[in-house]
Amino acid sequence: MNDQVLALLKKDILLEFRQKHTFYGIILYIASTIFLIYLSLPESPDAQVWNSLFWVIQLFVCVNAVAKSFLQENKGRMLYFYSISSPVQFILGKLIFNVFLMLFMSAISLVLFFVFLGNPTINTLQFLGIVLLGGTGISLVFTLMSAIAAKAQQNAALIAILGFPVILPQLMLLIKLSKAAFAEVFRDGAITQLVGLTALMDVLVVVLAIVLFPYLWKD
Amino acid sequence: MVYKNWWKILSFLLLVYTITAGLLLDVPKLPILNETIRNLYFHVCMWFGMMILFIISFVYSVKYLKDFNYRHDVYATNFAAVGCLFGILGYLTGVLWVNVTWLTDQRQSLGSVLKEPKLIGAAIALLIYGAYFVLRGSFTDIDKRARVSAVYNIFAFAMLFPSIWIIPRIVGSLHPGAPGSDSGNPALDRKDLDGAMRMVFYPAIIGWTLLGVWIATLKIRIDLIKNKNIINE
Repeated sequence: MNDQVLALLKKDILLEFRQKHTFYGIILYIASTIFLIYLSLPESPDAQVWNSLFWVIQLFVCVNAVAKSFLQENKGRMLYFYSISSPVQFILGKLIFNVFLMLFMSAISLVLFFVFLGNPTINTLQFLGIVLLGGTGISLVFTLMSAIAAKAQQNAALIAILGFPVILPQLMLLIKLSKAAFAEVFRDGAITQLVGLTALMDVLVVVLAIVLFPYLWKD
Repeated sequence: MVYKNWWKILSFLLLVYTITAGLLLDVPKLPILNETIRNLYFHVCMWFGMMILFIISFVYSVKYLKDFNYRHDVYATNFAAVGCLFGILGYLTGVLWVNVTWLTDQRQSLGSVLKEPKLIGAAIALLIYGAYFVLRGSFTDIDKRARVSAVYNIFAFAMLFPSIWIIPRIVGSLHPGAPGSDSGNPALDRKDLDGAMRMVFYPAIIGWTLLGVWIATLKIRIDLIKNKNIINE
C-alpha cells in the first residue's frame, strides 16, 4: 500500500523534473505577480494590506500549481493508473505531491514578499509556520477540486469557481491567525484553537478525498 | 388524500398561525428592536429552512452515490435549488431588519454590517450552491453529471457547515449569540427568547420548512415527468 503511494509520488516528482517548464512557469508566475504588486504600490504596504495580499497571492499560486495535477493526465494514462493502483493510493499520492509542491511555492513567495515588499512580521518563524499550515490546507482542497474539474473536461476557470467558496472560511481563519505574527494580541488559547481548527479542516479534507475520490475515478 | 398530504395541510395551518399570531400577539418591548422583533418569525425561519433543505440535498447525494438511482440526483438538485431560494429570502428579510435596527438605530456603518460573519457564511453557502449548478451545467453526460455533482455536493456541504456553525461563534458579531455578548446560542437558548414568542417561533420554523419541502416536491415531480424516458423503475 505504502509502496504504491510512494511509487506514484515518485512518478509525479519525476514528471515534474522532466517537464521543468511547468515548474519554472509557476515560479515565474509568482515572481511576476509579486513584482507587479511591488510596482503598483507606491511604498511598502502596512501589515494588514501585506497580509491580505499575501494570502490572495497564495490562493492564485495554488490554483495554478495544483490545477494541472489532474488536467495533465490524459485518458489513456488514467486508464493505465486505473489498472495498476487503487483510487485511494492514487489520490493519496496526488495529495502528498501537491502539498509538497505548494509548500515549496509558499516558501518562494514568502521570500519574494520579504524581498520586494518588506517584512512587517514581528515573529517571522511563527508566520512561516502559519504559511506552511495554510499552504497545506489550500493545496489539499484544490487537489480535490482539480479532480472534479478534470471530470468536467473544463479549464482552470471551473477550479476557481468550485474552490473559492469552499476555501473561503479556511482563508478567513488563516488571515485572522496570521495577525498573531503581526503582534496582534489574542486572548489566551485562541491561537491554539485556530491552529487546531485549521488542522482539523485539513484532516476532514483528506478523509473526504479518500471517501469520495473512488466515485470520481470510475468512468 | 388527507392521509397522504397531512403535512401540506399542517404547513398551511402553521403558516396561517405564524402570520396572524406573529403579527398580532404581544411581543416584549425591547430598545432598538421594538416591533421589528416579529421579523424573527420570518428571517430566522428562512435560515433554518435553508439549512434543513441543504441537509436533505446532502442526504440524497449520499444516497445517489450508494445506489446510482437517477431519482436521487433529481431530489438532491431540487432540494438544493429551493434551499438557495430560502437563502435569498433570508437575505431579503434580513435587509429589512438591518435597515431599521443596525443601520438607523445603532448607527453601524454599512461596511461593518457587510462583514458580519453570518452574512459571509450565508454568502459562502449561496456561492457554493451556485458553483454546484455551474458544475452541473458543464456536463453533457447525465450519469457523469449526477455522480460528479454528488461528490461536489457532499464535499462542499462537509466544508460549509462546520464553518457556518463554528466561525460566527469565535469571532465578534452583531447578531445575538456572538462571543462577548451575554446571550448564548441564539434562538435555541432558553434564557434568550420570551416564552410567548417561542409559541410562535417553533411552529413557524416547522411551517416554513414544510413549505420549502412542498415546493421542492413539486419541482421534483415536474423533473421526473420530464425525464420519464431515462428513469427505468
